[in-house]
Amino acid sequence: MTYFVALLRRDLRLALRQGFDAALVIVFFVLAAILFPFAIGPDPRLLGPIAGGVVWVTAMLASLLSLERLFLADYQDGALDLLALAPEPLSAIVLAKVAAHWLTTGLPLIVATPLVGILLGAPAVSILPLLASLALGTPTLSLVGAIGAGLSLGARRGGVLIPLLVLPLYLPVLIFGAAAVEAGTSGASLYAPLAILGALLLAALPLAPLAAAAAVRNALR
Amino acid sequence: MLAGIGLACRRGERLVFRGIDLELGAGELLLLRGANGSGKSTLLRLIAGLIPPSDGLLLWQGKAIGDAEAYRAELAYLGHADAIKPELSPSEDLRFWLEMRGLRQEDERIAVALARLGLEDLGRLPCRLLSQGQRRRVALTRIAVSGARLWLLDEPFNGLDETSVAAIVALIGEHRAAGGLVIMAAHGAPPVPASQEIDLSQAAVSSLEEIE
Repeated sequence: MTYFVALLRRDLRLALRQGFDAALVIVFFVLAAILFPFAIGPDPRLLGPIAGGVVWVTAMLASLLSLERLFLADYQDGALDLLALAPEPLSAIVLAKVAAHWLTTGLPLIVATPLVGILLGAPAVSILPLLASLALGTPTLSLVGAIGAGLSLGARRGGVLIPLLVLPLYLPVLIFGAAAVEAGTSGASLYAPLAILGALLLAALPLAPLAAAAAVRNALR
Repeated sequence: MLAGIGLACRRGERLVFRGIDLELGAGELLLLRGANGSGKSTLLRLIAGLIPPSDGLLLWQGKAIGDAEAYRAELAYLGHADAIKPELSPSEDLRFWLEMRGLRQEDERIAVALARLGLEDLGRLPCRLLSQGQRRRVALTRIAVSGARLWLLDEPFNGLDETSVAAIVALIGEHRAAGGLVIMAAHGAPPVPASQEIDLSQAAVSSLEEIE
């Protein structure tokens, strides 16, 4: 486990020292959400019902924006070679990097969500389901996104490629995330959509690192 | 200890080299020579296990290396790139790579290793402030403290001054005296005695020839 903790700590330290890079995700999330009242109008009767969906879509786009960072710097400076040569399974190494990615993007997004929800005039009852669905959904986004980030390595304009690869895979998370918010707002049971989000996470947890590791190995050839 | 039989590598349509045989015992240094683009780095990456051979077999202590973690624990690789994070200090960077190998090293050992390559005053500076030669030396320190038996070095002397070259020659000498293996890619004549040499310019096949 030493290596897992070491890599997690190193990636968090790098994110902290890069400062603005990590903050960019949150800035994008808040700014993109703020655009909606300007475009649709500040009427809470219009904004309130769509607030949950808006938060989900913008959080997903913000997470997407940060995916390129996941492997690219290590790929360019040669550190990814050394990670692939470490005497540990590459999938576990990928998982540590994904964990660091979630802690620096997914978690801050969740923390910023109540603020964005209030800005959009989301009904108070929808905030908790929103947080619960994001807590279960954003780790899946980071995991699945790692596959796209790995596949885009070495491709020209890889950053543009990632959304094309990853967005279709994000759809189930978006659908059930938004369904959880909808259920919470209308007073229906949250159990089914949250259970499905949990199932998606449990499926992605072992499978996505394997696929991403294979993509990374392929890029290093 | 390390043996290669009929190694070949094809990149896309191009056959980079083929029919490379090598056998390396304890304390030996294999020098890979050849013009730019003749496949020295490719062969090093192939030996490291980053590139699977298109043909041939690579053996470590008599066993074929596949994706063997046991083999990876035995090797230290220095590529073209230094793999140094500009945001981290040399000591932080080195400590991280040692932890990745499952070695918990006291800071003192890292400091001693850095001092050997004349980096004692730079251990705590962020690497972005270091010159290219200094970064190369940090990367070489990573190899020196790795405890690996097989060193794979791609142009280790690039961009280094005479004092550093002498220090690295000494490090390589000690590693070999302790039974370590070195495979080094270099153009020109490197300042270390090699026990074997492979000239890749002769092994290179530039046409679209088939591999049997």
